[in-house]
Amino acid sequence: MAVFSSLAEKLQNTLGKLRGRGKLTEQDVKEALREVRLALLEADVNYKVVRDFTARVRERAVGQEVMTSLAPAHQVIKIVHEELTQLMGGSQSKLELASQPPTIIMLVGLQGAGKTTSGAKLARLLHKQGHRPLLVAADVYRPAAIKQLQVLGEQLQLPVFTLGDQVSPVDIAKAAVEHSKRYGNDILILDTAGRLHIDEELMGELRAIDEAVSPHQVLLVVDAMTGQDAVNVASSFNENLDIDGIILTKLDGDARGGAALSIKAVTGKPIKFAATSEKLDGLESFHPDRMASRILGMGDVLTLIERAEAQIDEDKAREMADKLRRADFTFEDFLEQLEQVRNMGPLDQLLDMLPGVPGMKGLRGLQVDERQFGQIEAIIKSMTVEERLRPEIIDGSRKRRIANGSGTKVQDVNRLLKQFNQTRQMLRQLGALDKKAKRRKRARPFSFFQ
Amino acid sequence: MGISGWLRRRGRKEEKETSSLGTDAVQKQEEPEETPAASKESGDVKQDSPRGLFARLKEGLSRTRSSFVARVDSLLSTHKRIDEELFEELEEVLIQADVGVDTTLRLVDAVREKIKAGGITDPEEVRPILRETILEILTANTAPLELPEDVPAVIMVVGVNGAGKTTTIAKLAHRFKSQGKRVILGAADTFRAAAIEQLEIWANRVGVEIVKHQPGADPAAVAFDTIQAGRARGCDVVIIDTAGRLQTKTNLMKELEKIGRVVERELQGRTPEVLLVVDATTGQNALSQAKLFSEAVSVTGVVLTKLDGTAKGGIIIAIAEELGLPVKLIGIGEAYDDLRDFDPEDFVAALFDA
Repeated sequence: MAVFSSLAEKLQNTLGKLRGRGKLTEQDVKEALREVRLALLEADVNYKVVRDFTARVRERAVGQEVMTSLAPAHQVIKIVHEELTQLMGGSQSKLELASQPPTIIMLVGLQGAGKTTSGAKLARLLHKQGHRPLLVAADVYRPAAIKQLQVLGEQLQLPVFTLGDQVSPVDIAKAAVEHSKRYGNDILILDTAGRLHIDEELMGELRAIDEAVSPHQVLLVVDAMTGQDAVNVASSFNENLDIDGIILTKLDGDARGGAALSIKAVTGKPIKFAATSEKLDGLESFHPDRMASRILGMGDVLTLIERAEAQIDEDKAREMADKLRRADFTFEDFLEQLEQVRNMGPLDQLLDMLPGVPGMKGLRGLQVDERQFGQIEAIIKSMTVEERLRPEIIDGSRKRRIANGSGTKVQDVNRLLKQFNQTRQMLRQLGALDKKAKRRKRARPFSFFQ
Repeated sequence: MGISGWLRRRGRKEEKETSSLGTDAVQKQEEPEETPAASKESGDVKQDSPRGLFARLKEGLSRTRSSFVARVDSLLSTHKRIDEELFEELEEVLIQADVGVDTTLRLVDAVREKIKAGGITDPEEVRPILRETILEILTANTAPLELPEDVPAVIMVVGVNGAGKTTTIAKLAHRFKSQGKRVILGAADTFRAAAIEQLEIWANRVGVEIVKHQPGADPAAVAFDTIQAGRARGCDVVIIDTAGRLQTKTNLMKELEKIGRVVERELQGRTPEVLLVVDATTGQNALSQAKLFSEAVSVTGVVLTKLDGTAKGGIIIAIAEELGLPVKLIGIGEAYDDLRDFDPEDFVAALFDA
């Protein structure tokens, strides 16, 4: 059903048509842009933003720049990509910290946008960067909101400041600042109550907190699923509080994220973070250029590489690549690689970032069952060291023992052995190829994706 | 052809449009006396107000009405005759109300046909026709929330994170309790931090019973226990809260499927009421939510929350038109009785009548 296909898919369809042609006429650009427009509207991008966007792209695309260039289709894709990036805020925007600690960060937003969870995620992120964040429970209205923050703080082993729900948020904020000075917390994260943006009274309260402790960063938390109203929400918070940036949440769903495109265009304020998972490590810096690539189906290769780099020891990777070339790849190596890949994050997210994958019909919505990984791991760990190094010695009785040891069936062991042999076969062939191609190709340390 | 014509036309109109972004809905609204969520002891939900239902509905929808109707009006008053441009601008207004491209196209086509068939030439008459067409769609897809004869009635509440499930449950529990029914809640959101506590606070406030397990417990087991307890204690209504989940998370949807299976097995052939809670500020993703949640559990109706907070509410029309899923309840404010049966007549009336 057309309604449910993603923006990436839509644009890929549209631009795929362009890719197939040699030269672009004005009519071609027009037709492509009409579909881009439709796709953006279906993605909940604000109507007026869509209009401006397509106008800008048309202006650039139908110029000489494109018509005289050698590959006009690529040129248009590039322009769409650049304009998308521009629309979402140009280059990456970092969190600004106060020159004199503590830095006070205030999170505001509508009910259910994800403020509390985002606050905890942000604290984790900053803690990882060597800061000493203090979470401040300033939502005294929603039942158990304070408790929620406390539980999250406990999970992260980070301090949570609360005065209960009988003290005004303004006083809580003030006391929290004092507390942070005494205990050496260099960053305060204020979790405020959610509200509907027409609610003057609570908006007034937010302004009061704003005046009382003058936060260095006021971040608006916005649900990526928000519709046309996103611009109204963003601009009304911006008018009241002069926000510094946006946290976009629930980006891990199938929301096409039109809100991201709209908000920057309307408020002029950058999107600083994107929440990409329910888990507490699921908060990432927002990279407009990468998001644009993802929307255009170019795959978020940059993020993938960054994650791979963080997880994979380069020496080990080189060693692995050598092994692959010599084709003495064993179950030991397999296990090691499996763990590295798992450490990079949920597999379905990784798949989403690979070029072309989000557009592939069969692969869309495919979710890798992570439990299968667990099974494979259990089977390999039930093998003796010798079996891992020389899988060919595994006979019927060994198979039964391995199956028993791993809580699986002999069929499961057989399947894994078969897959492993096929993989090894393939790697052998690749290794042979690789030697020939060595001079042309830059050696990539990350062998899993080679 | 409507949208393509409209899309083409946009190019010409771009320079003409002057209204600046975001300002149209930010215009100051008269403060309703019932400003929500201000008093501490009641949290999100305020005490009942004796005022008339219709007045409250209108008040709750005032934002929706003012921006939507104002635009339709200004649109119609600037046109001297009914032409394609008028239809295209109608499409624009609907899309900006989150009605969605597909539904908008069908809606405007229907209006166009009626105008042709009726030989109408006065732009002023377009409004009642649009109103009638929207009403037709909504009426065809409405069903009130009715409890079955057999007790206990079981209601499962599902939805994405932050849609307003727990608050909806509190309001529902209050509604049934004030009807003299015995209500029990099941805290089957064992995932989110403090979700159990949140529901428990509500149970205490409303004065109903609650069944809970430890955080991280199997939600299906909580559902099972709640139904068992409901039976044993002679409850009339069992309401089961579930964890918010994005509809694309296969594993979480499987978990929901399991909860659904356990509940259905316990009901021995009777079908539970499964309410999908949708935040009215949601855009087109609400359609994906409705579709994918329906695949996991047999959703019997939609609850649209936070309708007072959004300027639009057009997603109601898209959900009814594209999925035929009945909208059963709407949340138009933060007081207990602001959870209303969805009445298309009232809704459209409040939307169109100044």
